[in-house]
Amino acid sequence: MTKSAEIKTHREPFFHVVKRDDMPTYMAWLIRVITIAVAFIIVGILSSVVTGKPFIETYDIMFQGVFGRIFEGRTTMLWKYLQEIAVLLVLALALTPAFKMKFWNCGAEGQALMGGLASIVCMIELGDKLPYPVLVAVIAVTSILAGAVWGVIPALFKAWFNTNETLFTLMMNYIATQIIKYYVYIKGGGSNVINPVSYGNFPAVGMNDYFVNIMIAIFATVLMFVYLKYSKQGYEISVVGESQNTARYIGINVKKVIIRTMLISGAVCGVAGMMLVAGKDHSINQNTVGGQGFTAILMSWLGQFNPFIMVFMTAIVVFLRIGVAKVADASYLNSSFSEIMVGIVILMLVGCEFFINYSIKFRSKKEANL
Amino acid sequence: MIVQFICRAIMLSVPLLYGSTGEIITEKSGHLNLGIPGIMYTGAISGVVGAFLYENACGNNADNMNPFLAIAIPFLCAVLGAMLMGLIYSFLTVTLHANQNVTGLAITTLGIGLGNFLGASLVNITKSELPSIALTKTSAFFAAKLPFADDLGWFGEIVFSHDFLTYLAIAIAIIASIVLNRTRVGLNLRSVGENPATADAAGINVIKYRYLATCIGSAVAGLGGLQYVISYASGVWSNDAFGDRGWMAIALVIFALWKPSMAILGSFVFGALCNANNYIQGLGTETQELFKMLPYIVTIVVLIITSMRKKREHQPPASLGINYFREER
Repeated sequence: MTKSAEIKTHREPFFHVVKRDDMPTYMAWLIRVITIAVAFIIVGILSSVVTGKPFIETYDIMFQGVFGRIFEGRTTMLWKYLQEIAVLLVLALALTPAFKMKFWNCGAEGQALMGGLASIVCMIELGDKLPYPVLVAVIAVTSILAGAVWGVIPALFKAWFNTNETLFTLMMNYIATQIIKYYVYIKGGGSNVINPVSYGNFPAVGMNDYFVNIMIAIFATVLMFVYLKYSKQGYEISVVGESQNTARYIGINVKKVIIRTMLISGAVCGVAGMMLVAGKDHSINQNTVGGQGFTAILMSWLGQFNPFIMVFMTAIVVFLRIGVAKVADASYLNSSFSEIMVGIVILMLVGCEFFINYSIKFRSKKEANL
Repeated sequence: MIVQFICRAIMLSVPLLYGSTGEIITEKSGHLNLGIPGIMYTGAISGVVGAFLYENACGNNADNMNPFLAIAIPFLCAVLGAMLMGLIYSFLTVTLHANQNVTGLAITTLGIGLGNFLGASLVNITKSELPSIALTKTSAFFAAKLPFADDLGWFGEIVFSHDFLTYLAIAIAIIASIVLNRTRVGLNLRSVGENPATADAAGINVIKYRYLATCIGSAVAGLGGLQYVISYASGVWSNDAFGDRGWMAIALVIFALWKPSMAILGSFVFGALCNANNYIQGLGTETQELFKMLPYIVTIVVLIITSMRKKREHQPPASLGINYFREER
């Protein structure tokens, strides 16, 4: 070894990183909230630079775009906002048990599409044959089944052969997309559009079309929280996620847990598909889910697998998605600008976890002399 | 027709080959970069912006354009744009220990948004009627063929008729294969991906290797985006046209069993499968849609077979997807 290299190896680094688990929860949340605040300021600055509008005005457009004229008693926009949150939230909830088990289900998109496909098939084929309550029940059951089947196929192979689930579920998305394209082509008579079907739509409650969807989302949030936190199955999921060997040692049937959890995950994705088709679009195409299956992965993770934090995170991201798109629209810019902003905010939130889980220790003179 | 089919398949396979070679280099260091679709988008749009600015600087006149600069500017822009995204990814995952899947997906969101936004902005600037931007002049410079290709009949058309980005893709894959398997750098890189703690103990700079592998891999993947726009689409950028090729490139890594040389073959098979529906006689449009599932189904089958056989040399790098923190041993 040369002399210079020798000296180099003996130099103390200027700082080093230490893992910490002693940060109080309120401090951790303070860091996250500060990050979100900084992220919102950055979004405002970038929007104002790109659109040339004053800094404050961009926020004004964002709030108007999301909430509409809420203070004048017009709540249509607000309901739309809640509906968007509801779908993304249900998808994030669906993924959570799988992620907690360290099963990377990247197939929410496909599972939701298959759920939606089941809904639309029932609406078209059985719409005029069954009475309304029976029809809605059939839609619900078939959508849940379709999503569950689409989710359980990768799980079976994961359980039996330990097949990589990330890529398996990803590929299942594209197979689902092609099936949807095929079905739309047949039913749309070559026009690639299925006209909205009037059978089996969720009822409007008090002038509001999305009431049922929003109720489903609230119900699912509470149910998932209880399932993960207080049920025996939820406990089994977290043990399998922490260590499969431990799970085996204490007598948990790991294969059974993987398959059962993915049945649930897929089923809830199927519900999201049903919400999109029966509760919102009354039609289907390959963009019905529109990439929300991927955003949901981020939501579930940023929500730390806690359904109530997920509500908060989805509310922020949907706010940005709608609000920033409105800012871009107002200046005749492409609304993909909102995707960039969502990407930046999520990257910042992902990065800020570092300061919660680790601390940086600078080299001190005292330590160096020891 | 069979010659045409093979040529088309090769053309379709090149972006996949770039993407999967880049992803293999990254995965060998132990990082599963799900940001590749976004990175390929970024590479494509950076190249488009570079080419657009250069075409405008030359007054949109092909005679004023220097052939070398016409190729070098988009090329460098694509490499730098993609590398920048790779740098963000590696900063978050290597330095800040962020979850790799989550960071990758966020990079994909960011990259696709960036591509569509800048693409639409360029369309706005040109005030064109169509929602696309045509860089046919730059594309013509890229499309220069070998002079003797036409003299060799079908053989010349299949082997020599492609543009230099196609040959570069194959060259990069072969070089990557040699570097990974035959050099000390490759050995070190593989050891970082298999067991970073041991590599660290042996004096290998794990952080440096992971940063470099991710950034170089991203740059290679970015060229795939460039090739798609400039060569395959003849210089026409339209939003979302790139589609899901990035995800297919990631799937191809498994198909190729983490070997860049296998990726050459694999990408050709994928290119052929993507394209097969156009060359089978008597298919209705609706059946064609079903045929487009083929590449995905084949990937799944390969995925299942490799996981069933459990051959040691066919497994992913042992610490793939796991961040390395020196004090956590």
